[in-house]
Amino acid sequence: MSRLLRDVKDSGAVAFMALLIFAPFLGLQLGDSESGNLTLSTRPALLAAAVGLTFAARFLFLLWEAHRPPRIPALSLGLAKSGKYAAPALLVFAIVMPFLPGIKNASIDLGVLIMTYVMLGWGLNIVVGLAGLLDLGYVAFYAVGAYSFGLLSTNFGLGFWECLPLAGILAACWGVFLGFPVLRLRGDYLAIVTLAFGEIIRLVITNWVSLTGGPNGITDIPHPTLFGLKFSMAGGPGSFAGFFGITPSPSQRITYLYYIILVLALLTNWVTLRLRRQPLGRAWEALREDETACRSLGINVRNTKLTAFAIGAMFGGFAGCFFATRQAFISPDSFTFMESATVLAIVVLGGAGSQFGVVLAACVMIGVPELLQSLQIYRMLIFGAALVVIMIVRPRGFISTRRPTVALGKAKPISADLIAQGQG
Amino acid sequence: MSNVLSVQNVNTFYGPIQALRDVSLEVNEGEIVTLIGANGAGKSTLMMTIFGQPRAKSGTILYRGENITALPTFQIARRGIAQSPEGRRVFPRMSVEENLLMGAQVVKYADYDSQLKMVLELFPRLEERFAQRAGTLSGGEQQMLAIGRALMSKPKLLLLDEPSLGLAPLVIKQIFGAIRSLNRETGLTVLLVEQNANQALRLAHRGYVLVNGALTMAGTGAELLARPEIRAAYLEGGH
Amino acid sequence: MTILTVAGLTMRFGGLTAVNNVSFTAQQGEITAIIGPNGAGKTTLFNCITGFYKPSSGSITVALGSKNLRLDKLPGHAIARKGRVARTFQNIRLFSGMSVLENLLVAQHNRLQASTGFGVLGILGLGGYRAAERRAIELATHWLAQTGLLERADDPAGALPYGAQRRLEIARAMCTEPLLLCLDEPAAGLNPRESAELNELLLGIRAAGTSLLLIEHDMGVVMKISDHIVVLDHGKKIADGTPADIRSDTAVIAAYLGEGDEDDPDAPLAEATP
Repeated sequence: MSRLLRDVKDSGAVAFMALLIFAPFLGLQLGDSESGNLTLSTRPALLAAAVGLTFAARFLFLLWEAHRPPRIPALSLGLAKSGKYAAPALLVFAIVMPFLPGIKNASIDLGVLIMTYVMLGWGLNIVVGLAGLLDLGYVAFYAVGAYSFGLLSTNFGLGFWECLPLAGILAACWGVFLGFPVLRLRGDYLAIVTLAFGEIIRLVITNWVSLTGGPNGITDIPHPTLFGLKFSMAGGPGSFAGFFGITPSPSQRITYLYYIILVLALLTNWVTLRLRRQPLGRAWEALREDETACRSLGINVRNTKLTAFAIGAMFGGFAGCFFATRQAFISPDSFTFMESATVLAIVVLGGAGSQFGVVLAACVMIGVPELLQSLQIYRMLIFGAALVVIMIVRPRGFISTRRPTVALGKAKPISADLIAQGQG
Repeated sequence: MSNVLSVQNVNTFYGPIQALRDVSLEVNEGEIVTLIGANGAGKSTLMMTIFGQPRAKSGTILYRGENITALPTFQIARRGIAQSPEGRRVFPRMSVEENLLMGAQVVKYADYDSQLKMVLELFPRLEERFAQRAGTLSGGEQQMLAIGRALMSKPKLLLLDEPSLGLAPLVIKQIFGAIRSLNRETGLTVLLVEQNANQALRLAHRGYVLVNGALTMAGTGAELLARPEIRAAYLEGGH
Repeated sequence: MTILTVAGLTMRFGGLTAVNNVSFTAQQGEITAIIGPNGAGKTTLFNCITGFYKPSSGSITVALGSKNLRLDKLPGHAIARKGRVARTFQNIRLFSGMSVLENLLVAQHNRLQASTGFGVLGILGLGGYRAAERRAIELATHWLAQTGLLERADDPAGALPYGAQRRLEIARAMCTEPLLLCLDEPAAGLNPRESAELNELLLGIRAAGTSLLLIEHDMGVVMKISDHIVVLDHGKKIADGTPADIRSDTAVIAAYLGEGDEDDPDAPLAEATP
């Protein structure tokens, strides 16, 4: 009985707080009168409903807390195990997707968008997930890649395939430049400095008008060609449709773009998986677990961190270059902090440095809002609620186990409780 | 002698792993009771369960007749139980003085000076380092601080989890001596978890042996010291 | 032959002198223990030797074959590679989210990294990486067997019981193939039986040719296996000699050991229990 009383008192206190918070903007409403002045009306029913709902929600939550069933470890292991079959299945689906019957251009476009974020997620996963360095400014490398291509193509007439490696190299250089000053920083301070770096890049791009066109951006960036064949709607010689003797259609270019990003993303994945088995990848993960111990074992922590930044940045640069060629137009508005935050959210939601987790997370974070377009204003509400549920049910991300890369007998998955989150 | 702490049939789990199996023990007023056992046997788990972190899945814990099994931890602490926990857990960015002040949160203001004097007499090292940040103290000094902080609250029941860890032999003697005198002079009741089974059993009135989460033996300190199984498992091999 | 020479070492943190003009030598093939009251400066001394602090003055020299190397002049990560000095930590620092075997492979990072040809060849599967990894696993297996952790090679390091974690840290340090192993309170938290097993392990390491330097409070370990003991108090060296010398040194007894035989299970009880 006393527990009930305690819960009721607690819920009452929370409801009182809700009353204070909701009163100004739910309980009162501004309106226009006929004379053009502002009027103030009250909405007591709405306020009462909100407070009542809060009371009920808090009470139910306390009830659930008291009788919470024990967490089922089998669920997380099950999800990781299913990764063995789900991952290849998803890969096959991704490969054949554009040719499935009934697929519209919009769906392939969505696929391109999701794959771009998957690639960005895999790139950032190297820095955040493996090396444990909290990078909040990943968009900087995305921007460097995009603007490298934009400037090289409009000034020197270079095409996408020529610029792709250059964009990666430039982005990697910037990764090293960022890495140097932040070497000794930990946790929150590292996050703030990397965030600042992202903003610095955006501000430089916005203000260096003579070089980058400022807020107007760069236009007329060429789309990618297939061995010199253009994907133009005009058809004729020198174009894809003309060469193969088929009617030109927009789906051809979109499908080509889709396969380019698919290949780039798979390349990122392959390199990451290979590196994880190498001493470098293992050194990254050891860095995340305990930097001091790494130093005592003779690992050059500085070089290891810089390599993580550089390689992560390189893949961000590739993705940026692709972004520019897909849009044919880039401006600073595409490279805000929200992008960094979204990619970071994808990596964290994926969990425990897991590659497959990043794929799931990108599908949820990017795919779900797009699919919910029809729900208009409720879209973000549902999305937000979904994220809150995920945070409560799976606080360490979708895939909360890690599989060791080498074993004497059989590799056993390691639970996320033991894995460090990284201090930078 | 009245009963201060009564643990009855407690089972504690970490997820699916059972750390304590049906553990029952009693601590009476004015006693020093020790809990010995190998690493991983569950001694620290039992100390933590008394404080509710993790909560016992089943069983009852009574403190002076009151059922504290489901009480929030901070309310358990306010009832006069103090703990020097496993791993010390001093507040690293606070000074020694501030750490001790934190320990005295639950006592009347008037008692603070007398408790502080007692603690600093026991650990003169802490007086030397009074204004220093606790994180910069050596491991052993942090251990002293953790014990001192627990003593600041003038507890009626003192829980000590491996107080001798990392301490110089001289300091260990001083601490055990201090516990003995505090117990005799003020009737302080102590539950002590120790690796140093020899010293613990000599200090304590009674002892329990924990193996893989279950109690296997109980008796007075002298009785347990004399048992050949105890000697073989926990006492031999050192000297 | 001397393997480590500490000469006039002083470490100051602002106004606090943690280590004050300490000098001693450690002989090759011996176990040297550093003991002293809490806060005497033992771990600070260790951190200077193993490159975590740069000493305010003085020198630390390690003898590698024919040449001598100044440890205090090396960057932290070179101490293990060039100086051949490895260490364990007072608060265990394992890679808890990685398996036991992975921990031991990280220790061999430098050798493995060299075999991958700057990483690039390794990604492509070329170069001598596969052979190097096999050799690394062999060395790891050897130390797993020595420390009794072979059955737990694939378990997460963070899930091991405390005593096993301590042993793993030692195995990991040994995988860097050091000439000098520095151990910071390896017996802390071990019961007497586990301490005896630790003694066996350390004596085995000494027999295999590695010199040992250890900080320890457990006299059951120190007196039993040390060849040479250095005593610190308030940052200064107050005694230096064999276990027999130290055990009877009055200054050491007053400052650190205390009187009495409480550690002997057969000694009579001080007073009757109520």
